[in-house]
Amino acid sequence: MKYIKFFSFFLFLFLPNIVCSSEVKEYKLNNGLKVIAVEEHKSPVATFQIWYRVGSRDEPAGKSGLSHLLEHMMFKGTSKYGTSALSRIVQKNGGTDNAYTTKDYTVYFELFSSDRIILSVDLEADRMQNLIMDPKEVLSERSVVMEERRLRYEDDPQNSLFEEVTAAAFKVHPYQRLVIGWMSDLKSIERDDLYDYYKTYYSPNNAVIVVAGDVNGDELIKNIGTLFGDLPCGPPIKKMSSAEPEQKGERRVILKREAELPYILIAYHVPSFPHEDSYALDVLNLILAGGKSTRLYQSLVYEKKVALGASADYSGFSRDPYLFFFYATAAPGRDIEDVEASLYAEIKNLQNEPPSEREIQKAKNQIESSFIMGQDSIYVQAMKYGMFEMLGDWRLIDTYIEGIRKVTREDVVEIAKKYFKEENGTVGILIPTKKVDSNQ
Amino acid sequence: MKKTNPPLPPLAKGGHGGITQSFSLNRYPLFISVLMLFAVFCFLPTNVFALNVNRTILPNGLVVLHSENHSLPIVMVTLIIKAGQINEPAEKAGLANLTAELLTEGTRNRKSRDISEEIDFIGASLDASAGSDYTTISLSVLKKDIQKGAELFSDILLNPIFPQDEIDRKKELIKGFLRQREEDPSFLAERAFKKEVFGEHSYGRILEGSAESIQNIKREDLVKFHADYFLPNNSILSVAGDLTHAELDALMGKYLSGWKKAEIPSRVTGELNRAKPKKTIKIDKDLTQANIILGNLGISRDNPDYYAVSVMNYILGGGGFSSRLMHSVRDELGLAYDVHSFFAANKEEGIFQIGLQTKNESANVAIAEVLKQVERIRKEKVTDDELSEAKSYLTGSFPRRLDTNRKIADFLASVEFYNLGLDYATKYPDYINSVTTGDVLRVAEKYLSPEKYVLVVVANQKKAELKY
Repeated sequence: MKYIKFFSFFLFLFLPNIVCSSEVKEYKLNNGLKVIAVEEHKSPVATFQIWYRVGSRDEPAGKSGLSHLLEHMMFKGTSKYGTSALSRIVQKNGGTDNAYTTKDYTVYFELFSSDRIILSVDLEADRMQNLIMDPKEVLSERSVVMEERRLRYEDDPQNSLFEEVTAAAFKVHPYQRLVIGWMSDLKSIERDDLYDYYKTYYSPNNAVIVVAGDVNGDELIKNIGTLFGDLPCGPPIKKMSSAEPEQKGERRVILKREAELPYILIAYHVPSFPHEDSYALDVLNLILAGGKSTRLYQSLVYEKKVALGASADYSGFSRDPYLFFFYATAAPGRDIEDVEASLYAEIKNLQNEPPSEREIQKAKNQIESSFIMGQDSIYVQAMKYGMFEMLGDWRLIDTYIEGIRKVTREDVVEIAKKYFKEENGTVGILIPTKKVDSNQ
Repeated sequence: MKKTNPPLPPLAKGGHGGITQSFSLNRYPLFISVLMLFAVFCFLPTNVFALNVNRTILPNGLVVLHSENHSLPIVMVTLIIKAGQINEPAEKAGLANLTAELLTEGTRNRKSRDISEEIDFIGASLDASAGSDYTTISLSVLKKDIQKGAELFSDILLNPIFPQDEIDRKKELIKGFLRQREEDPSFLAERAFKKEVFGEHSYGRILEGSAESIQNIKREDLVKFHADYFLPNNSILSVAGDLTHAELDALMGKYLSGWKKAEIPSRVTGELNRAKPKKTIKIDKDLTQANIILGNLGISRDNPDYYAVSVMNYILGGGGFSSRLMHSVRDELGLAYDVHSFFAANKEEGIFQIGLQTKNESANVAIAEVLKQVERIRKEKVTDDELSEAKSYLTGSFPRRLDTNRKIADFLASVEFYNLGLDYATKYPDYINSVTTGDVLRVAEKYLSPEKYVLVVVANQKKAELKY
């Protein structure tokens, strides 16, 4: 036996009036590889996802973008399947594959009709160990990633501001650097940097497999055991640990470049899940920006008409404390100072007076509804299990739902006071420089 | 269905605009979005994966499609109203869009704020949006809240009152968004490309119209557009999820019984100019990348060559990493993160286009490579392997096109709209499997046009030094 099965039960999400269940099975191979199978037979499809506990947070100084470039290289071929053959094999079988890199982890996945899912086991076991990483291919893929950076950041004014604000908000923690990496760092990444990184982090003991859909976990684990079971453990991994020192005063970043309208992005340092404040932050996020009926849209866009769009964004699902964002684009002819003042006015309101019971209930309803609707897609469902597993344990899903349910009006006021303080914020402003001439 | 959004789908939970884009990086996000767009028109179930669908036509002319599925306590509703850009006069471009946008901004029973409040409170979504050929209203709601959801759905469909202050507010917002999009190079390229390819035809305009054309739209235009086209005999209702036939009947009786049949006005659209000469449009902007679109007029959805074109497009640039363009432009030359081709097959002829972004200095090389690949697929037969891989993807991937209730509801509605028939599901694999290498060559020659293509390049023109 290459694996032991040590967990199997029905997960019930107890939501008001509704009970949703999926059968979840958990296994562990002797080499440390964990497997989570979510059996869901409503449609003859399945997804196979492999989650590596490595992301931009783990990159050495001067090598930002390494995790993401490695993710690209993972599609460039192994000794067994040759150059760029992987996606072709998947598609030939009616499947789709893709991957993405975050601050904390890197995910590879395939989506297939359920009768083909076994292919994933072979392909993923192979590329966990046997990448070729031809130096010529590295050079070529590096320029592809540079094009990706130009596309997403260099030529996008609002995303450029996001990069500037993040870099200013963190002085010490590696969350300072975006996943895409700085251009000058990308230029310096060599084949050996990638290969060492790959050999350090891509091992069974640093990965988790999540399979969801029309599968039989007990059958599939036999194949997984055969193909992954003999892969050796990687070297012991030193977990990066870093703490951002407390911010003692507002930071302001101004970005001047060709653009049409001024834009503001404010970021406050906040804790991440499962910190006790994270639930109220989630609820607060929805009170501010959970649809057109909520505060930022109603005030800045609908009533005052100072902004074209105004929103907030918080995701507590990161390993270390991250940021709570407010952002808005000025309406034509309106000053960005007015937009900024209006955002602060909304923050003040929250600090001075508790939101209504209905607002709290609305936010909770939205979170619960999105959990249930998310189950319609096996892909979304698998992502949810993987993400909670990266934060410690997929069973934290229950902890999360419980935590949300307990949030009170007073909690929201308290956290608004605690975190949305001037000295804890980084304010970024995009100032358009010259008029764009788009005449042909 | 036109693609005008930047190629960055939000991935994270609760994705919001610019921020979320920065959280995660897909290896090739566009591939998925292009295929999704393709999916609406082409991936259908076979007998292996048949949907249990009930189709009825009500006395008022409404076509109702219903797929019952009780695995989750949710209900997805899609309503297609056969009125879109194609039904609006040029001087009032943006009329279909503005009508759709205002449905949720005030009814006989509710103010704008009441509508969003009631929908948000139950964690549902209710959206109305116009497209080139039709307008869609979609509702996603938990089963326990279906009464409230259906009530709101019917209220915005049947009773919108188009309040003047809401019209003014919405016009200002749209004008603002149009201005903001001037900073998006892909938008500039797309707008110029469509305008050149379609000329005066409504497909040549962007959905929102222009700052000038929006100004021409009066309240009575909106009221009339709604009264003329939002009719049961001009609509398709598709419902998927946790609802029995009896429950659906009861809801229809309660909320849609007042919807009356009426005569549908004939539509006016500009003529397509098919005899266009080759043309290059250069737009100068201070960018690091050249945003390039090359293409021409394509085919309509009812063209019998649709399946051969689907296979050809997959091999050329629709098939992600299996496509020739991706293989040469990205994998071999390292010139672009994204390169793709697609056909938008509408009620009338849509577009065929190849798109990519590369640093200014590589624009010439990239265009040369694209033209080389177009020439190759027009001159030489594709290999048997390429043909069979394309077929196995196209036929093998469709179960995934119908693996959620939302996808099923949308899919059934568009199958009905394009008259594909309920048995189309079983026929589709045969249509695809009957395509030969000879067909692929023939349609490539016929529909890819090296003499008449439109090339749009948005770039720092000084650095790009275009030879085209």
